[in-house]
Amino acid sequence: MNFLELLGYFNYWVFAIILTVGLYAVINKTNLIKKLIGLSIFQSAVFLMYITMDKVEGGTAPIIQKGVEDQIFSNPLPQVLILTAIVVGVSTLSLGLAMVVRISECYGTIEENEILDAD
Amino acid sequence: MDLLAHLPALQVVVPMLSAPLIVLLQPRGLAWAGATAVAVLSFAIAVALAIAVLDGQTLEYAMGGWPAPYGIALSVDAFSALVLLVITGAAAAALLAAKPSIDQQIEVERQPLFYSAWLLVLSGLVGIVVSADAFNIFVFMEISSLASYILIAGGPDRRALPAVFKYLMMGTIGATFYLIGVGLIYMMTGTLNLADMETRIGDVTDINPILVAAGFITIGLALKAAVFPLHVWVPNAYTHAPHMVTVFLAACATKVALYVLIRFDYMVFQATLDAHEIQFAMFMMPLAILGILIASAVAMFEGHLKRLLASSSIAQIGYILLGVSFVSIAGLSASAMHIFNHALAKGGLFLAVACLAYQYRDLRLDQLGGASTRMPWTCAAFVVCGLSLIGVPGTAGFISKWMLINAALETGPWGWGLVAIILISSLMAVVYIWRIIEALYFQAPIEGDVPMSEAPLQLLLVTGLVALMNIYFGLFPHVPLELANSAAALLLEGSR
Amino acid sequence: MTPETAILVAIGIPLVGALAIALAGRISPNLREAATAVTSISLIWVVWGLLPILMDGGRPSIEVSQVMPGLSIAFTVEPLGMLFAALASGLWLINSIYSVGYMRGNKEQNQTRFFACFALALSATIGVAFAGNLFTLFLFYELLTLSTYPLVAHKGDAATVRSARIYLGVLLSTSIGLFLPAIIWTYTVAGTGDFTTGGILAGKLNDPEIGLLLGLFVFGVGKAAVMPVHKWLPAAMVAPTPVSALLHAVAVVKAGVFTITKIIVYIFGIDFLFEASSSQWLLYAAAFTIITASLVALRQTNIKRLLAYSTIAQLSYVVMAAAILKPLAEVGAAIHMVAHAFGKITLFFAAGAIYVASKKTEIHQLRGIGRRMPWTMAAFTIGALSMIGVPPTGGFVSKWYILAGAFEANNLVAVFTIIASTVLNAAYFLPILYMVWFEREKEGGKEHGEAPFLAVLALCLTALLTLAFFLFNGPVIELESQVVQGLG
Repeated sequence: MNFLELLGYFNYWVFAIILTVGLYAVINKTNLIKKLIGLSIFQSAVFLMYITMDKVEGGTAPIIQKGVEDQIFSNPLPQVLILTAIVVGVSTLSLGLAMVVRISECYGTIEENEILDAD
Repeated sequence: MDLLAHLPALQVVVPMLSAPLIVLLQPRGLAWAGATAVAVLSFAIAVALAIAVLDGQTLEYAMGGWPAPYGIALSVDAFSALVLLVITGAAAAALLAAKPSIDQQIEVERQPLFYSAWLLVLSGLVGIVVSADAFNIFVFMEISSLASYILIAGGPDRRALPAVFKYLMMGTIGATFYLIGVGLIYMMTGTLNLADMETRIGDVTDINPILVAAGFITIGLALKAAVFPLHVWVPNAYTHAPHMVTVFLAACATKVALYVLIRFDYMVFQATLDAHEIQFAMFMMPLAILGILIASAVAMFEGHLKRLLASSSIAQIGYILLGVSFVSIAGLSASAMHIFNHALAKGGLFLAVACLAYQYRDLRLDQLGGASTRMPWTCAAFVVCGLSLIGVPGTAGFISKWMLINAALETGPWGWGLVAIILISSLMAVVYIWRIIEALYFQAPIEGDVPMSEAPLQLLLVTGLVALMNIYFGLFPHVPLELANSAAALLLEGSR
Repeated sequence: MTPETAILVAIGIPLVGALAIALAGRISPNLREAATAVTSISLIWVVWGLLPILMDGGRPSIEVSQVMPGLSIAFTVEPLGMLFAALASGLWLINSIYSVGYMRGNKEQNQTRFFACFALALSATIGVAFAGNLFTLFLFYELLTLSTYPLVAHKGDAATVRSARIYLGVLLSTSIGLFLPAIIWTYTVAGTGDFTTGGILAGKLNDPEIGLLLGLFVFGVGKAAVMPVHKWLPAAMVAPTPVSALLHAVAVVKAGVFTITKIIVYIFGIDFLFEASSSQWLLYAAAFTIITASLVALRQTNIKRLLAYSTIAQLSYVVMAAAILKPLAEVGAAIHMVAHAFGKITLFFAAGAIYVASKKTEIHQLRGIGRRMPWTMAAFTIGALSMIGVPPTGGFVSKWYILAGAFEANNLVAVFTIIASTVLNAAYFLPILYMVWFEREKEGGKEHGEAPFLAVLALCLTALLTLAFFLFNGPVIELESQVVQGLG
């Protein structure tokens, strides 16, 4: 495939770059909040991939309107899946933040290396 | 007949709906009683399901009446039934014994929340096992993981918190990778139903996304299953969790991820991808071998009782993965059998640890002196379960080791090398189990201000029962063996 | 009761007995000793009750459980196993009498645990003796290792625990690392592990594989102490002497050579093995062990270690005799199990008696002790003569048969080894006997008399058995000849 076609897949490029940025933050940052942010970024990449995959050219939101015939809809299933995944992501994030609050109460710091040294 | 048909759904719904109700049971001890009742009921459902699928049939269930592949389907076959028995059995046994240990470690006001989280973990795990829909598996996987983070961090040990944070990070990354894989497959086949995927993947023209998906799914599940080298969250998480939580999680949490991995590999991918052989022979097998040897070696030098047993768990997961990587009926049934037997052995060991921990606050090996005189029954149960872990004949562990060695021999001339590895790691297991036994029996007792005695009867009875089951299933393993063999046949026939 | 149930009862009696002993020990020591006595007498009654059936040619067998397809727990009584079981059960009674005298005379701790574990070990021994297939044998073999560990580690101090670790380490490594693969190999190749007359491997293995499999078995059965897997025997001498006497002269070590003999006869088949040239190394390995162990024994100064190395050499007599692969030698192997058991148990009893009476453990301390402990040292003398193989002791009979078998097979290596080791045995036993009876005691030593009565009674009984075996060995020979009927 030529260069233009390659660029045509730009949604996947975006997905890959955001994924890597998120993972980098998770692995490399020592501050726990920054790690959580990285995790969120990482998860958003996946959401983007799902949603962009289901966009049909010329398609609209998948809601049937009375009286309008021959509508092209985008695929509703991945959108539903992503709603669920977003909820899961939010729960994870909130749980993670609650952890960080507790850690800060118990250890007085939220830097990972300091926590490791404390025990 | 009607109840039986609804059992797959009930298996998930019962614990899930009870979980929020448990929170309302504020009076002392009632939350525990409620949670235990639900767990025992779930175990009964699992037993009924196992009896129903014993002859090799599969129970299908369409949620909401929507037929597959439009709706979400549940299915229970021999493999699912075996893993369901393990999960619900571990939950029920741990809860039956839990009260004294939990009372000691968690404040009374928070206990209803704790038991509610326990039931959520249970419902999540069984949900993974009965689902026949890939995304449904993801949802339940996250339910069980999130709830287990709560469980692990619930105890008095503050070191559990960074351990859980790390588990959260790695677990979420794993689940998200799994999600990416499922998304890619959906893109190429247009379905999320596992059985449907199996048929549709064969028609796909461009195989590359499927291979990428296989990679993502494998890595994601390997993170959850604590496959070497993605196992680093296990030692800390198991060590600092409340003791009964370790009993429950060590017996089944990682096995469920392995279950999903095996399902995907054998039912979805194996049949349709030629290059997939590489995944087993060149990827899984070396990782399994490394996990077995390195984890056993680490366990030999550990100084803390729970961390030693946690490292041992990683080695045992290596055994299961090794059997899977043989791609043969013998290997798969050995792995399925080991899922069952390891749960028995490790569950019993951690139950005995919970008994020990009731009296001994510090669980480092050199602080355990004199345990055999003060807590003879606990130590006896420990010895029996330890022997089962080593694989002494007459115990459950021997059966799966024998099957694994036989399966290794079937793989050809390299089989003897694999057998040597299995035997060497068994000898390493002898070393680390014997270190514990020597610490319990032959060390000088440490001075304490409180006279120590045996653990409470409730803890002791369940521990003793699990220890006896190790011996029973070592001599009469017919039921799990039949399930394991059916499971292997089903998985492989789907791929031929 | 039928012979089949008798088998299960025989294994069950010591198990129940262990429980009874443990409970009785909480009430009173005398009740506990009574429990041991009742258990061992009932065991003798059940086991010896099977003898007439065996003499007539009967082979009772029973299958308990099919663990997996092709793998079952089953028991079959045949002459070799019958001999072993009768020997172990009979000597247990005498050993119990001795143990009571020894443990009380030494004021030992944890006696209840001791006697209870002893009963467990006996149950495992009977299980090994009556095993009908390799899996059952392996099961009870491992149980024997595990149940004897607390006995070896009885004293509980750091040095004992270290030696007990060597004991366990060597036995478990060899059994899991070598014995188990050999069993699995056999099951894979032959489809079964049942002990069958004539063997089950005919036509299934080619020559080099036979030698390899034999090697895995011989070194995997660490209890037979063929060098270099013999280290556990001297290490186990830290156990109290009753343990060394019964277990490491009779039960554990005999389980080892019994297993090897049984495997040679019933898994490989004597003729099958004789045809295979790759199996010849066994004879040389056994001969090497005999000579080397005897040489090492020459240099020992501790009584029990000397006896340990003597045991290693004597065990390899049995292995070598079995490896000659001729009927007369096989019978000799079986008889030597008996003769050595009687002689060695006497020697260990004597060593323990000396320790109880005088706390002496080294050979050079035994100058002139014959005057103080005439009964003990008389028994010791008989035992020593039996090791050398001098008539009128039982050792002479077995050596005779082994030599006859060696001549029959024209095996000069075996003949030479037997002669050389006889000389070596004399070389380390005769000076001791001389020192004991004819030398003067050192000045300033502690005053002491004979050992406790029960101990002396026991060792006199076993000494008498050694002498009696010289005269009354007919039934044993008749029984064991059934094994090799129709062969050679």
